Amino acid sequence: MAQIIGLPKLSPTMEEGVLVKWIKGEGDAVEPGDLVAEVETDKANMDFNLEDEGVLLKLLVEEGDTVKLGAPVAILGEEGEDIASLLTEVDAMRAGGGQAAVPAAESAPPAAPSAAPPAPTAPPAPTAPAAVAAQPAAAPAPSSGRVLASPLAKTLAIELGIDLRTIQGTGPGGRIVERDVRAAAQGAPSAAPAVPAVAAPTPAAAVPAAAVPAVAAPTPAVAQVPAARETSLAVVPPAAPPRLAETDSDYRDEPLSGVRKTIAQRMLAAKRDIPHFYLTRSFDVAAMLAFRKRLNELLDGRGKVSVNDLIVKAVALALRRVPECNASFMDAVIRYHNRVHIGVAVASDRGLITPVVRDADLKGLSVIAAEVRDLAQRARDRRLKVHEIQGSTFTVSNLGMFGIESFQAIVNPPEGGILAVGTVVDQPVVVDGELTVARRMTVTLSCDHRVIDGALGARYLAELVELLEKPESLAL
Amino acid sequence: MPIISMREALNQAMNEEMERDPDVFLMGEEVGYYNGAYKVSQGLLQTFSERRVIDAPIAEMGFAGIGVGAAMVGLRPIIEFMTFNFSLVAIDQIVNNAAKIYQMSAGQFCVPIVFRGPGGPAVQVAAQHSQSLESFYANVPGLKVVMPATAYDSKGLLKTAIRDDNPVVFIESETLYGVTSEVPEEEYLIPMGKGDIKREGQHVTLVAWSKMVHTCLDAAGELATMDIEAEVVDPRSLRPLDNEIITDSVRKTGRCVIVEVGWPHCGFGAEIAFQVQRDCLDHLDAPVERVTSDDVPMPYALNLENEVQPQVKDVVAAVKRVLYLE
Repeated sequence: MAQIIGLPKLSPTMEEGVLVKWIKGEGDAVEPGDLVAEVETDKANMDFNLEDEGVLLKLLVEEGDTVKLGAPVAILGEEGEDIASLLTEVDAMRAGGGQAAVPAAESAPPAAPSAAPPAPTAPPAPTAPAAVAAQPAAAPAPSSGRVLASPLAKTLAIELGIDLRTIQGTGPGGRIVERDVRAAAQGAPSAAPAVPAVAAPTPAAAVPAAAVPAVAAPTPAVAQVPAARETSLAVVPPAAPPRLAETDSDYRDEPLSGVRKTIAQRMLAAKRDIPHFYLTRSFDVAAMLAFRKRLNELLDGRGKVSVNDLIVKAVALALRRVPECNASFMDAVIRYHNRVHIGVAVASDRGLITPVVRDADLKGLSVIAAEVRDLAQRARDRRLKVHEIQGSTFTVSNLGMFGIESFQAIVNPPEGGILAVGTVVDQPVVVDGELTVARRMTVTLSCDHRVIDGALGARYLAELVELLEKPESLAL
Repeated sequence: MPIISMREALNQAMNEEMERDPDVFLMGEEVGYYNGAYKVSQGLLQTFSERRVIDAPIAEMGFAGIGVGAAMVGLRPIIEFMTFNFSLVAIDQIVNNAAKIYQMSAGQFCVPIVFRGPGGPAVQVAAQHSQSLESFYANVPGLKVVMPATAYDSKGLLKTAIRDDNPVVFIESETLYGVTSEVPEEEYLIPMGKGDIKREGQHVTLVAWSKMVHTCLDAAGELATMDIEAEVVDPRSLRPLDNEIITDSVRKTGRCVIVEVGWPHCGFGAEIAFQVQRDCLDHLDAPVERVTSDDVPMPYALNLENEVQPQVKDVVAAVKRVLYLE
């Protein structure tokens, strides 16, 4: 008997998902456990597997649609079944914002066995004429929380380019009214895009000649034209500064992706609720770099250990040595974690994702290296499973590869701390009264002060630096 | 330009129209020898004789019906009700005959008649004599409903009403008969369905007619001391209604308060509120507000009578609500 399939909960916190891709199509037979679609949740792209067997009689959402948890996405049944009454039910559910009963309780009587697919020959149930079923679904519900604003406020917000979600309303019940939008428009920074100074046409008097190399200075268009036509010229003429047409919009609004929404919510909550403090130390990395070189020689192409892998391992071992830092503030209690799971911040085109190396303190460096590489790649490919991005007890964020010397990271709740890792810098140092050059790295520990006090954090950093300055310890 | 009262302006309008058209005549209680209960028909009997200024017995159904019949055969009667409360006795003639005959006779008979007289609360005339019946009449297709607020509007609109080939319910206000304004000596007409901005402002639109125009003007004066500029829009006729002048104003101000002396439930302000939300939705910063009399029969006691009706303070409070200032 045919049934309506609702969108299942694919991550613990998901309330809706975007149906990214249908793997199975209408008319395809499916077995229990078959992958039917990919769904982007607030965490990651998830596989949507079916638990039942049958034929996908109807796909109810299109790729790219945002679907509420439990909302109907497909109808599963036996080949040739009449689904008219189910479609009516789907319309009713959508109109009422209801969820799919899985499986649907009452479906249409099965068609005569001889009925040829896909056109049902059995007459539709009298209570559900086909015409009703064919009607388009009711208007979709708004995808996110409702913003209360007067119609004029909405009209103005569009005119002035104000995002109503960023405004606090002062009307009854928090309604955003005209004066709120006008206040936001006055207080908001100019909508003009920030143009790097060198890219802008520079008036000759404004910048000292030395500051702008002659070749980079925007040349008057007239002078540029003959040069551009001389293909044999050795000097490539500078690109014309980016110029917006009068008709171009001053901005572009992009709806938040699930990942971006999650990042926004979690980072805001973290910065708002967690009393952060920061401890910074720099240390000599000569030994660590030499150790890494030696490891990679030993591996001889069977993998590669990065500086970051060493740091992940060291962070984990240091947490073993100072277990008070492997803790979470849980309102009523402080939870000390018995296992050490290190989150590794990975930049993807959709935003920050933090896959987890479990039991990093127990794993060998080559295992950590392989795991991090695999997780990072799949994070970029959006192929991480939910369990792979959950449960970290401490996080490492490394921007050294981008030349950042040091920075302060935001604690990833409910963790107690996060380590921000900078790049390796050659620095003048005094050794035995002699000025010399050393290779050094700066790390900054961000702590949740509710869990970690200053002295404790300092002790942790000392252990960490000890491990990294004597990197052989990482192999013990 | 002479400054005259609304009473004189109405008198001039009838005088001029009776002068202009021998088919126009006036009939009602005490309109002749007594010169009208409110002296609106002062001197008309002397000028036009008993043939055209007719004292009727206390029988509204009868003389309203005579008026409808006279109109059907080509005359242009002005039927005066001593107050519009008494028109309830004649409402069958107004609604079932005057408003219907043109359509039901397939255009063979038009009914060029004016029913006029004061409406709305006066002072201590109690529940049966203090009613605002414009919402009743404005509900009826086939009728036109005019409610002037000034002497100038009264004269121009009454002349138009007398010349109109359709039945017109022309509701005056006892408390406004003495209100004066400049009225030109030369002839002028004011079309029905054409409102008037009685005061300009950009922060809120006050829609009112008849007596409430003056309440709103007083409120606007008080609001101005708080740097709130209220625009007072007087539609002058409720049917036809100058929707455009109201919606133009609301689109400018983004806020609308409708003030009427009638009851709240099914009051004419509700119709305006509907039109405003339909035509100005994207311009509204607040729900349309209404200020009306309380939903009760009018008490006789003076203090209660005042309390029941919309007062300046009620209008000011409503304006503050739509400006989110409370």
